[in-house]
Amino acid sequence: MLTIHNLQKSFTIHHLQKTFPALENISLHVKEGGFLGIVGKSGSGKSTILKSIYRTYMPQAGNIIFHSDAYGEIDLLQATTRQIVYLRKHEIGYVSQFLNVMPRTTALELVTQSLLDVGVEQQEAIARAKQALRHFDLEEKLWNSYPNNFSGGEKLRLNIACAIVKEPRLLLLDEPTASLDQASKVKVRESIEKLKAQGTTLIGIFHDLEFMEGLCDDVFTMMKISDKEVLA
Amino acid sequence: MMQEQPVLSIRQLSKQYGDGCTHCQHEDMKLEKNFCPVCKTVYACRSVSFDLYRGEILGIVGESGSGKSTLMKSLYFDETVTSGEGYLVDYENGHNNIFTESSQMKRHIRNTILGMVYQNPMLGLKMDFSSMSNIAEKQIAAGNRHVRQMEERSLSLLQHVKIPVHRSKEAPKNFSGGMQQRVQIAKAMSNNPPILLLDEVTTGLDLSVQADVLDLIKSIQRELNISMIVVSHDLAVIRMLADRTIVMLNGEIIEHGLTDQVLEDPQHEYTQQLVYSLL
Ligand SMILES: Nc1ncnc2c1ncn2[C@@H]1O[C@H](COP(=O)(O)OP(=O)(O)OP(=O)(O)O)[C@@H](O)[C@H]1O
Ligand SMILES: Nc1ncnc2c1ncn2[C@@H]1O[C@H](COP(=O)(O)OP(=O)(O)O)[C@@H](O)[C@H]1O
Ligand SMILES: [Mg+2]
Ligand SMILES: [Mg+2]
Ligand SMILES: [Zn+2]
Repeated sequence: MLTIHNLQKSFTIHHLQKTFPALENISLHVKEGGFLGIVGKSGSGKSTILKSIYRTYMPQAGNIIFHSDAYGEIDLLQATTRQIVYLRKHEIGYVSQFLNVMPRTTALELVTQSLLDVGVEQQEAIARAKQALRHFDLEEKLWNSYPNNFSGGEKLRLNIACAIVKEPRLLLLDEPTASLDQASKVKVRESIEKLKAQGTTLIGIFHDLEFMEGLCDDVFTMMKISDKEVLA
Repeated sequence: MMQEQPVLSIRQLSKQYGDGCTHCQHEDMKLEKNFCPVCKTVYACRSVSFDLYRGEILGIVGESGSGKSTLMKSLYFDETVTSGEGYLVDYENGHNNIFTESSQMKRHIRNTILGMVYQNPMLGLKMDFSSMSNIAEKQIAAGNRHVRQMEERSLSLLQHVKIPVHRSKEAPKNFSGGMQQRVQIAKAMSNNPPILLLDEVTTGLDLSVQADVLDLIKSIQRELNISMIVVSHDLAVIRMLADRTIVMLNGEIIEHGLTDQVLEDPQHEYTQQLVYSLL
């Protein structure tokens, strides 16, 4: 499904005239329908991997080979921006702790719009959006309110609903349970179980991976580049 | 999947004000930003190339004077380009360079394929005419002669942009900034153009009015699948609207890419300044 080969990413900050390495020779593989957990210290580059797959970050070297429905085998680092826009709409989802809200948009509208954006008819979009909100246990009384005032857990479940309603084949999860209380965490875990049962391929970062016990097929451990040097 | 064809392709578009001199026409010309200190020529757009695709919103950001409005006006034929090529899939199937067509053809292209919302509403609207007639004007230019039909269309457009029916006969000079921008948007859409050019539509509006206008733009894109170029110096606006973004500096494109990539992993020194200064 997804194979990363010798990925390398550094950030050059011009006004400091400095380059900070973030990823060095990262290689990993996730099989279709699999769930890969990524663990590691803060700053070890976990988010950088996910953002490189999603192309929010542009790595300097390596390949990220994705088996796309639309394009076949494609190196996400070589793909055009238009191809990435398409893949983000139809095949690859990304969920972080942070919600990207539009002004004047209710929770239900937000989820509906992500379907309208990919060409689903209005009626069907609304129906599927409601279904997704129900699926992720967002209380019905919140559907027509603005997400700005939602709790962390509610925002997160809305976020997941927006991403999964389009049924992406690959879903990237960046600490979706951080800062949640136990009850909300359980709901997120249940959501992930449902996705896995549907055959969605998942790559997730969890600071408390025990919580995903029994769900992960594989764990990839990141090491800080500075720690690696000490070991070497 | 087939290679997608752009609705608009711009190649090496340049616009200069002034004739240039031996100093600034030299290979490695030394300009002060976009300006030749010897002959005072302004190089407002320099070799700008990009593609716009069906149904997408393309963002353009850059500091004041970087050439954004000049680019938009050149695309709308308000300004004559100094050199460069432009191809529209909806005009002669993209075979003819629109910038070298006759002025009559340019008018035709502008009236049937393009809609423009100006940074300054004074440029886009006749402030003393009713909103209805402002919108009708664009339809007449596009060749419509049916008064009733035009009236109905104008009314439904004004409704779409949430101008109350009872104010449709009023002149925009009585309107707030946000309302004027919405009338401009209605006017720009009145000929059903496949491409809309929006220059700083939300600048100077207060936040809640801004939200209305952004919402309107997003819904137009979703419902009508219109392609848009949105110029803004407000990165939040660009982040909300555009999938892909171009960064301009001193008349040149210095960076382009996915909007979140440009904002979160900016490559060019200037883009980093622009992004970090606002964090
Ligand atoms: N008619 C003109 N004659 C001479 N110079 C001009 C003319 N119009 C624009 N310029 C110059 O061209 C450059 C680009 O101007 P432009 O209006 O395109 O900037 P902009 O990027 O839209 O800026 P802003 O963000 O302030 O709207 C500037 O240096 C400007 O002074
Ligand atoms: N947008 C960015 N600009 C500059 N440096 C960054 C950026 N994103 C991450 N980094 C750096 O890359 C390294 C890895 O960060 P990150 O992937 O966020 O770690 P993790 O998710 O494992 O905590 C850190 O040194 C961080 O400071
Ligand atoms: Mg992280
Ligand atoms: Mg301008
Ligand atoms: Zn000169």
